[in-house]
Amino acid sequence: MIRTTAKKIYIALIFVFLYAPIATLMVLSFNASRTRAKWGGFTTKWYFSLFENREIMQALWNTLLIAFISSFIAVIIGTVACIAINNMPKRSRAVLMGVTNIPMLNADIVTGISLMLLFISLGFKFGLGTILLAHITFNIPYVILCVMPRMKQISPSTFEAALDLGASPVRAFFKVVFPDIMPGVLSGFLMAFTMSLDDFIITHFTKGAGVDTLSTKIYTEVKKGIKPEMYALSTIIFITVLLLLFLVNKAPKEKS
Amino acid sequence: MKNSKSSQRLLSSPYIAWAVIFIIVPLCMVFYYGLTDKTGAFTFENIAAIMSAEHAKALWLSLGLSLISTVICFFIAYPLAMILANMNVNQHSFIVLIFILPMWMNFLLRTLAWQTLLEKTGVINNVLSFLHLPSLNIINTPYAIVLGMVYNFLPFMVLPLYNSLVKIDPNVINAAKDLGANNVQTFFKITFPLSIPGIISGITMVFIPALTTFVISNLLGGSKILLIGNVIEESFTQAGNWHLGSGLSIVLMIFIIVNMVASAIFDKDGEGSAL
Repeated sequence: MIRTTAKKIYIALIFVFLYAPIATLMVLSFNASRTRAKWGGFTTKWYFSLFENREIMQALWNTLLIAFISSFIAVIIGTVACIAINNMPKRSRAVLMGVTNIPMLNADIVTGISLMLLFISLGFKFGLGTILLAHITFNIPYVILCVMPRMKQISPSTFEAALDLGASPVRAFFKVVFPDIMPGVLSGFLMAFTMSLDDFIITHFTKGAGVDTLSTKIYTEVKKGIKPEMYALSTIIFITVLLLLFLVNKAPKEKS
Repeated sequence: MKNSKSSQRLLSSPYIAWAVIFIIVPLCMVFYYGLTDKTGAFTFENIAAIMSAEHAKALWLSLGLSLISTVICFFIAYPLAMILANMNVNQHSFIVLIFILPMWMNFLLRTLAWQTLLEKTGVINNVLSFLHLPSLNIINTPYAIVLGMVYNFLPFMVLPLYNSLVKIDPNVINAAKDLGANNVQTFFKITFPLSIPGIISGITMVFIPALTTFVISNLLGGSKILLIGNVIEESFTQAGNWHLGSGLSIVLMIFIIVNMVASAIFDKDGEGSAL
């Protein structure tokens, strides 16, 4: 009994540690004073002025756009790569998986500057396009990581059976293989989307002047002081995701 | 799915092309810039620059702080991972709660929030003074940076540990107990050795980002404390000296490669038990 209580307290302490800053930000979003340092009374005005702040709205739009497109493309390339890797001879498979691990194990700052050097030497114009290419690059490994275990579990004979019964390879893939790997593909997409959304370092090196995502916008605001609208926006995003997760977890239970 | 060789090639080529252009070539470019000077002549100067007093100090400080953070993360995460592995929690919701959900609140804002919590008149000190405890003045010191590192990278330690612990067959542990081992012996002879792959990938996932960060030191360390990440970032964005920045990145990559080799040795599946 004492042991289980101690365990629960330990878990609770870690959750407090992980969520204390999040709670702080939520409280700050209702702070009437413009500075973080003092409490100026309760207000909801930042939640309204937020939508009139064109820069923040633009940054939000850029962030969501990049996160969505980059994870979508990463899911396609990553899933196709998983099919190929799964059928590869052991050696080339090990090499390719090793290369896949590089962006995950390498430091973000090195990935960021290496891509920046590449884009400079290719003469690319820095902007949304370069951020997008960088995000696809670091998202693909997360997709492969999520899809690969699923891919290994399915038996190749179901696919072959579909072919024998006259399905074209593409049709056989979508009818037989894809439903089985779907959960992996979905969690790969979610993971990639989250990583893209939360990334600062790689975006910092691959963005052009005047193009901002929420992360880079916040970073430039750090010295001047963060606008309270930013806290309000993060609170809205966080609560939305929390509610979505809650609904997603609730839904299947009601069905069954 | 044994297809013909040509369709096999067709499927793998997009990703291989992508990986070569956006992973391999960029890394080669870092080496190219790091090993040449502004005229394009070969030089070791940019790498040797790590020996200069200012850079060496930044590197040692980074190594020290990231080692301390990794050790702290390990000792916080291991008991947590053990508790969770024995609790039959829903793995998916646990990962979401500890790892995914916090990321939807921007990482810079979350780190900045620690300023509000740690300040002289901040939340934590108000609580401490209410309890008549001495105040905590760690903002803008290396301690705050360590706290920021532990806060940001703790989930990266918990997940691989949890994954390796949850895989351990309970029969192995029961067998050890049947053979007369007590809890401590079972832990050190069975559980701990079997969790080593998780430990190694946890250490990698915490140590590398902590060693190379420039954001956490910027946000929580004031502007006085320079880590090696700050030096590299400034040489790219402010000084415009790509050659120096690339040279110092090569030095960082040596640590990264050592770490990768170590994890490859311990993680024989080659799949990375990271997540």
